[in-house]
Amino acid sequence: MNHLLSTHDLSIDEIVQLLELADHMAEINSRAVPKVPALRGKTIASVFFEDSTRTRLSFETAAKRLSAEVMTFSASTSSVNKGESLRDTIETLTAMGVHAFVVRHKSSGVPKQITQWTNAAVVNAGDGWHQHPTQAMLDAYTITRNFGDKESMAGRTIAIVGDIKHSRVARSNVDVFTRMGANVVLVAPDALLPSSIEGWNVSTASSIDEVVGHVDVLYMLRMQRERMDESLVISLKEYTDLYALTEERAARLAPHALLMHPGPINRGVEMQVDPSEVPGSRILQQVANGISVRMAVLFSLLGGEISPAATLGGEA
Amino acid sequence: MSIVFPSRTEILATADIDRAIKRISHEIVERNTELSHVVIVGMQTGGTWIAERLAKGVQQIEPSSSVPLGAVDISMYRDDFSLRPIVLSAPTDIPFDLTEKTVVLVDDVLFTGRTVRAALEALNDHGRPRAVQLAVMVDRGHRELPIRPDYVGKNIPTHFSDEISVGPDGVFVTVVEKGQA
Repeated sequence: MNHLLSTHDLSIDEIVQLLELADHMAEINSRAVPKVPALRGKTIASVFFEDSTRTRLSFETAAKRLSAEVMTFSASTSSVNKGESLRDTIETLTAMGVHAFVVRHKSSGVPKQITQWTNAAVVNAGDGWHQHPTQAMLDAYTITRNFGDKESMAGRTIAIVGDIKHSRVARSNVDVFTRMGANVVLVAPDALLPSSIEGWNVSTASSIDEVVGHVDVLYMLRMQRERMDESLVISLKEYTDLYALTEERAARLAPHALLMHPGPINRGVEMQVDPSEVPGSRILQQVANGISVRMAVLFSLLGGEISPAATLGGEA
Repeated sequence: MSIVFPSRTEILATADIDRAIKRISHEIVERNTELSHVVIVGMQTGGTWIAERLAKGVQQIEPSSSVPLGAVDISMYRDDFSLRPIVLSAPTDIPFDLTEKTVVLVDDVLFTGRTVRAALEALNDHGRPRAVQLAVMVDRGHRELPIRPDYVGKNIPTHFSDEISVGPDGVFVTVVEKGQA
């Protein structure tokens, strides 16, 4: 693996192996001193052209726990404000000796473009509506570890509720969840579904009430008001009536069902219930798992080849 | 050009391994008068089954003792990521603090000593042991670091390119002829 740009770049075997590596990272994170020397001498630049709290801090924490050096770039305080181009920015950082770029940008395809300007590894930390591969991996990790089947989601029903159209999280997650065998139901008004979901192995529902009682995972998305510059055929009131998670709806979740959300949460919009009051909520576990999964990704990009075959004996 | 087949020779049989484990168990008890401070930690993956057997062996000799058993994965501590692929084993499992404990670190084969170096570093992240003792089933020589074992099943002089396999069913050496991969 040279870059991680999209979940489509990974086979299911590769995903399962990354999640297994994340188990090792989780053990490290459970220690009193959660740090190993694995990536000593490597420099990782986190290059964010768009706001972020958890993804950025999660990647930076992951890098530090593997003993990598972290270089932090944020567009708002950089020479981008003096008109420096994206390409010049990347080439400048590359000249400083960066081994991996973790990139977030509001335009789809920017991480891929960056691979043409540097020899360093590039990790997509979210590009426009396109992809957010590490989010899908940490969600897959959270689901498989909660349900105890590490290699498959076969037979699980996962409802993804909300603004699918503008969501890179939904695109990445639908790909990974369906390929791991889950039945994915997209719950959204027509205006917030992508214009074409042909080729997506999913079904749809038009209100949260249709699904809430019989899902294994209820995956709530954030209403992305900053991406909704076009006028949509639905008012916020209409939206919350049909798609928000209320206390009454949360009470109808099955006892084993998980409540997940990629964050940040819009309290009072899609989340009208306090998630800490929902027993199945794994929202903070997703955040903790994010560090382990990103450690696994950074390690497999920079730490050398990984061989799945563990053999008994012979090693010295 | 004649084809040379690699020869696989049995060095220890199952019974020899059982005896070696019994003997090392006795040596552990003999050397550690305060058995309550001893913990046994196997190196993933090759050392874990030997560590389990040693823990049982010690228990049989001193039935009142109970020696905690752990496993350490060193893949995040290696110094040769660029040279050899990482073999994904099971994660580290050390559910106790090692501070002030005497750790018996167990592996199947002692060769260059590099995995032991990595394991020592890994152990330090779980506390500061009072002492670390090293038990191996086979010492095959060719050390690259100042590391020596405290308990040895069998010393087997080998060529650097020979392959050794260790399991409950025996120890085998495969001589790899020069020119073969």
